[in-house]
Amino acid sequence: MSDNILRVSGVTKRFGGLVAVDNITFDVPAGEVFALIGPNGAGKTTLFNCITGIYKPTLGTVTFRDKNLTGSPPHLTAKAGIARTFQNIRLFEYMTALDNVMVGEHVRMKAKIWDAVLKTPFARREEAMVTEKAMELLRFVGIERHAEKFARNLAYGQQRRLEIARALATEPKLLLLDEPAAGFTPQEKVELMGLVRKIIELGITVFLIEHDMKVVMQISQRIAVLDHGEKIAEGSPTEVRNNPRVIEAYLGKSA
Amino acid sequence: MSVQARSWLDPKVWRKRIAKGARDRDTVIYAVLLIAAVALPEVAYFATGSTFLVSQWADAGVWVLLAIGLNVVVGFAGLLDLGYAAFFAIGAYTYALLASTQLGASPLHHSVHLPFWLLLFVGMFMAAAFGAILGFPTLRLRGDYLAIVTLGFGEIVPDVFRNLDQWTGGINAIGNIDQPTLPVWLNGPWADLPLEFVNPFKFGFDPVPYYVLILLLVVGSVILVHNLQKSRLGRAWMAIREDEVAAAAMGINTVSTKLLAFAIGASFSGFAGVFLGAKLSLVGPDNFLFIVSITVLVMVVLGGMGNIQGVIVGALVVYYINFNLLTNLPNNAVAAANALGLTWLVERHGDWSGIGDETQRLNFLLFGLILVLMMLLRPQGLLPSRVREQELKHSTDITLEVK
Repeated sequence: MSDNILRVSGVTKRFGGLVAVDNITFDVPAGEVFALIGPNGAGKTTLFNCITGIYKPTLGTVTFRDKNLTGSPPHLTAKAGIARTFQNIRLFEYMTALDNVMVGEHVRMKAKIWDAVLKTPFARREEAMVTEKAMELLRFVGIERHAEKFARNLAYGQQRRLEIARALATEPKLLLLDEPAAGFTPQEKVELMGLVRKIIELGITVFLIEHDMKVVMQISQRIAVLDHGEKIAEGSPTEVRNNPRVIEAYLGKSA
Repeated sequence: MSVQARSWLDPKVWRKRIAKGARDRDTVIYAVLLIAAVALPEVAYFATGSTFLVSQWADAGVWVLLAIGLNVVVGFAGLLDLGYAAFFAIGAYTYALLASTQLGASPLHHSVHLPFWLLLFVGMFMAAAFGAILGFPTLRLRGDYLAIVTLGFGEIVPDVFRNLDQWTGGINAIGNIDQPTLPVWLNGPWADLPLEFVNPFKFGFDPVPYYVLILLLVVGSVILVHNLQKSRLGRAWMAIREDEVAAAAMGINTVSTKLLAFAIGASFSGFAGVFLGAKLSLVGPDNFLFIVSITVLVMVVLGGMGNIQGVIVGALVVYYINFNLLTNLPNNAVAAANALGLTWLVERHGDWSGIGDETQRLNFLLFGLILVLMMLLRPQGLLPSRVREQELKHSTDITLEVK
């Protein structure tokens, strides 16, 4: 197995005449924090959707742990070990925080339908195990006190954390975070960075989209920059920061 | 093992369990429903001296079973199914064809008489299989589109049974369907004794055995559905209902999970169909009209979508309104008019066809009015689930904010 957990090569996504993502190629190294930045509408979330199978790329391939995942449906990419959060939080609003995390564990559970119907000892054991693990994950992101609340009744920051816990419950090897710090206070951003570091310590690679440059520059080892669907730069934070094309994309051409 | 064995016998443990149950709304409602279901037939028999009410309650049990099944589809998985009666029909026709002389008159020229107890499960599997067959091509559709397709399916199935008259007798229906039989050792020691107070427990004209059977079916179904709701699959259904994209991203195969909801929901109406065939001993296409699907849906929504006890209560209330209150209304109106000395209301003169006929004509209007009133007074259902309660609370919050 190569050191790159994810390889995106030549991925293009067209919606009719609109090219949302144009021939993007990059590798995500295992065990690091990789960031994808770019102005609004650059195609970052579309690329995430292509990786997780919500969209099928028009062209190009997505390779995850040396396995071709191009165009496989989302539940299979999740099973293969890619988990994600959403830019506009998509929790199961009328399920408790605990149940939300337990849904994440679904893909690793083995109880069959007759186990469920007849409540076999196996199903009971698994259910108890999974509940315990879900509580652990809630503790991990720091919202275990709200386990029994409906997801929609949690505060905004807690919802973002819950989404991360739910994604971690699928036991991923790669975690895609879509603007995890959006709307956070500086204090919450610091806590988030701590959480990301804890996730990396678990051996999970983190691939994130983020607008907040402070956060991106501090926690990521590598950064790719997208503008109008094209990749305009890739490299270490320092390299990207000093890249003239990046500066142009963000600040406009100097007269 | 020994700890478990002791806890079963220890009265302290039981006292604790009962105390815990008494604080839990669900347990209390189940207990009340079960006690009522067991006690009411005796009360009715001693009060009225006939088993007519017991027969009616056995029929109500069929509707309860249907509502429990539809609740899996509509309440748990959030899929609107407007053709649920089709699966009910498939269950009933399975029994009617395989336990009567009907196939003797068909091109097969050989009648089949399989035992009821076997066909109960065959009917269930047939309904579930058709649920899967319908679901497979249609579950990619969402919301309204799915509702329309199921509506079409619900119309097609009784029509097929109506028009395949070589096999099903068409509008003449299938009659003389076999009664279930019990092995002798189950009939009880009093089976052949000329006792006055205990009838032999035989399926025939006596509705009591049917009542006992449907009660067992309902209790069994409630236990199974309850287990399902609190399982991996139940959570997956809920997740799909809440947000299909997020559910898929969490690794839930949305198509197969929805298919299971459809098949499992349908299987309960298969049970109900076989039971209906045995109890009525007559199965015709008119037993499965669109109004049946809608009535079951009304029971589910009115009782409290997604909540098993709510759905049971909803089914009983709607059954009572539909088949007791409104059916007896014309007679009661005549009796009331006579008692009040308003005999001119009872007699027909000119355009007035007498109060009995007039109320008869208003039946559907009254049913509609009652439903509208109930939904206005309790939009969340009679016994809503925690989810529905919250949803409605939040939606009213929003309207208040707008004002």
